[in-house]
Amino acid sequence: MLEAYLPLIFMLIFGFGIAVIFLVLSEWLGARRITKEKQTTYESGMQPFRTARDRFSVKFYLVAMSFIVFDIEVVFLYPWAVQFKMLSPEAIIAMFIFIAILFAGYFYELRKGGIEWQ
Amino acid sequence: MDIFSIVFYLFAVIIVVSAAIVVMSKNIMYSAFSLLFTFFGVAGIYVLLNADFIAVTQIMIYIGGILILIIFGVMLTSRITGVDIKSGTTGKVQIAFAGVISLVIAITLIFLFANTKWFTSELKPHQSTIEDIGKELLTNYLLAFEVASVLLLIAIIGAAFIARRKS
Repeated sequence: MLEAYLPLIFMLIFGFGIAVIFLVLSEWLGARRITKEKQTTYESGMQPFRTARDRFSVKFYLVAMSFIVFDIEVVFLYPWAVQFKMLSPEAIIAMFIFIAILFAGYFYELRKGGIEWQ
Repeated sequence: MDIFSIVFYLFAVIIVVSAAIVVMSKNIMYSAFSLLFTFFGVAGIYVLLNADFIAVTQIMIYIGGILILIIFGVMLTSRITGVDIKSGTTGKVQIAFAGVISLVIAITLIFLFANTKWFTSELKPHQSTIEDIGKELLTNYLLAFEVASVLLLIAIIGAAFIARRKS
């Protein structure tokens, strides 16, 4: 069974190898002519106008937390979906109760204005 | 040494080295990113133990979720300027206490490891664990499954409460 993961290991080695090769190549072949412009922070062509080390809005935390909760819901949905045909109707109702409880939390967040950005 | 052992020790080295960086790094951001490799190594160990569903869960929730939350937690703090976020320097007394506690835990674990009767199964491991998990979760462990949803509900309400606007 573990042989099934062999392509995954090859992909990891390949991906890591490519990254290392490109870093080494650019170090080896690339010229280094440092100018003031080149040494500034890269901001996709924009002029950086203040420090990036700023405090983030707590809204990010709320979004991340909601993401984890629904991520866990998806993880629970997988084994349910695989066994869907074998399970009794009660089990299907049970899963919908599970989803309904989580959606109660989502609606709470929505009504509290947690999703709104201003 | 067979391929199984080689892969096991590879993941074990990844876990131990990155966990050491998590603890010892002076910069909390480096600690957070090093935790990624610890989680990844643990996922690799799960795969070696034929626990494929747990391995995917580890990657999805711990690497994809918890780690993001930790990094957000760091970025939410006021002293983000890098210089101030450092693990505190510990005095000699703390180091002595920590050393003694670590030693006791290590001795206990080694003692348990040496005295446990390890059973090896004659059965071939399952092709995939997900079918069995799905069946058990929605029959024998249905109550625990529903209670888990209440726990998640508490988490989402708690987050909404923390992030609310002060009125």
